[in-house]
Amino acid sequence: MLRLTGASPRTPGHLISAADLTRDDAVLILDTAEEMARVADRPIKKLPTLRGRTVVNLFFEDSTRTRISFEAAAKRLSADVINFSAKGSSVSKGESLKDTALTLEAMGADAVVIRHGSSGAPYRLANSGWIDGAVINAGDGTHEHPTQALLDAFTMRRRLVGADAGIGRDLEGRRITIVGDILHSRVARSNVLLLHTLGAEVTLVAPPTLLPIGVEKWPCEVSYDLDQVLPKSDAVMMLRVQRERMNAAFFPTEREYSRRYGLDGERMARMPDNSIVMHPGPMNRGMEITAEVADSDRCTAVEQVANGVSTRMAVLYLLLGGNEPAVTHSRASSATEESK
Amino acid sequence: MDTHSSDAARPVLEAPDIARALTRIAHEIVERAKGADDVVLLGIPTRGVFLARRLGDKLEEITGGKIPVGSLDITMYRDDLRMRPARALARTDIPADGVDGRLVVLVDDVLFSGRTIRAALDALGDIGRPRAVQLAILVDRGHRELPIRADYVGKNLPTSLRETVKVQLAEEDGRDTVLLGLKKPDPGEPAPAGER
Repeated sequence: MLRLTGASPRTPGHLISAADLTRDDAVLILDTAEEMARVADRPIKKLPTLRGRTVVNLFFEDSTRTRISFEAAAKRLSADVINFSAKGSSVSKGESLKDTALTLEAMGADAVVIRHGSSGAPYRLANSGWIDGAVINAGDGTHEHPTQALLDAFTMRRRLVGADAGIGRDLEGRRITIVGDILHSRVARSNVLLLHTLGAEVTLVAPPTLLPIGVEKWPCEVSYDLDQVLPKSDAVMMLRVQRERMNAAFFPTEREYSRRYGLDGERMARMPDNSIVMHPGPMNRGMEITAEVADSDRCTAVEQVANGVSTRMAVLYLLLGGNEPAVTHSRASSATEESK
Repeated sequence: MDTHSSDAARPVLEAPDIARALTRIAHEIVERAKGADDVVLLGIPTRGVFLARRLGDKLEEITGGKIPVGSLDITMYRDDLRMRPARALARTDIPADGVDGRLVVLVDDVLFSGRTIRAALDALGDIGRPRAVQLAILVDRGHRELPIRADYVGKNLPTSLRETVKVQLAEEDGRDTVLLGLKKPDPGEPAPAGER
C-alpha cells in the first residue's frame, strides 16, 4: 500500500509533518501533482477518482486561502466536501477536539484536513484512535504546514528544473533562501525539512529576534544579511510579517524591517538570472515585498495558488485513491494499532 | 516480467509478427477511415503508447500526412482503484488540436476484461467529443467482462484464465515479443479482474 509512511511509521496514511516524507515519497507527490496540473487545462476539470469519499475541512483558525485550495482539490477529484469552521460551531460552545472528531467520524469522514492553532493537534487527531480517516495537516500552530511546503517545492521544480524535465527529479543543489519571520512560521519549518529531503541547500535570513530557539540544529544555514545571500539564491521565499503576532517588539519599526529584510526591485536585480521570488500569501505590499517585485514575472505568488490545488489533489489521491488507509470500519485496525 | 513466470512463458508472437500485425492494422485504419485524415491515435500507457507511436509512423508512411499521436492515462478512471494501493499516474498527452470531431483510435497491447477500455472511454469523454472512437489492440485474449470489442486486432489468442499474456516492446523491455505463460499459484489473491 502506498501510504506515505515515510520516515515516520508513527503516522502511516496521514500527512502530519514534512519530516515524515522520504525523498521518494516527496518526488512521487510532485510527479502526481504534475499530472493533476494538466487536468486544469482540460474543458472538464474533474476526475471521478474520489467519488463517494468525504473530505472534511476542519478549520479551527481562519484561513480562507488554504481551505478553498483543499476544497477545490477535493472537488476536482469528485469527493464530497464538508466545511467545518470553529467559529459559530459547537467548538465555540466549548466542544473538545475529541468530541468534534467523534462527530466527524460518525458522519463518515474519509479524510480530515485540519488547521489548528495548537502545534500537535493534527498528530493527536491521527494517533488518538478517535477517527479512522486520513488526517492531513493544514497548519498547526507554529509547527508545520506540509502541503504548503510541497506546493512550494512543486513551484520551484517547475520553474528551476522544468515541468516535464522535472519528472522523477528532486531539487538537488538548488539554493533556496527563506526570509522573514521564521519564529512564527510553520511554512518555514516545513519548507526547511522538505527542501533538505529533496537535496536543496536552504538559508534562513531573519533578524535574530525572529529566529526560533534551536534553529542551529535545523538542516540549513542562517544569515542576518539579505544582501549577501541574494546573489547566491535560485529562489527567494519572502514570508509575510504576521502583524497579528507582532505584539512583542521583534524589530524597532516596520520601516527598518522593510529596509533590511524587504525585497525591492534593486535587490531583485542582484539575484541570478532565472531565479524566482516566492510568497505564500497573503502579501503585505510595501512591507516584506514591494509592488514592483510582486508584479514582476519572477514572482510566483499567483502560480503558487494554482500549484496548491494540484499538489493537494496529489496528496488526497495518494492518501485516499487506493484501498483504504481510510475506511476500514474497524477502529482498532491497522493505522492506529501500528502506531502504539 | 519476473523470472518465475518467464520460465514457463513461451513466445507466441516475435518481432516480425508484431511489425506485420501493426502494418496490417495501419492499412485497415486507412481503409476504414477512407484516408485517415482526421485520425488521432491515443495509446494507453505504458505499452499502448509505444504501439500508438509505431502505428502513427506506419500511417504516415502510407498516407504521407501527419498523424497526431498522444497518450491517455486511465488510472484515475479505473473501477478497481479501491481494491489496490493508490497507483502512480502515467502521462496523459492529448495532441494540440484536441479530439473534438476527430476519429480517435485507442491503442493498447492486450484486450482482456475490457475494463481498461471502459475506463479509457470515460477518460476520453472528459477530454472532448470525438466523431467516433475505435479500438486497436495487439493481442485479444478473450474473457470479456463488458460489452466491448476491438475494431483492429493484431492477433486473436484464445487463452484460459490460468494463463498470462505479456507483451514486451523494445522501447520498454528491450525486445519485441508476446509471451504466453502460466499464472503463478497465488493463494488468497482473487483473480484480478482489471488486470490482464
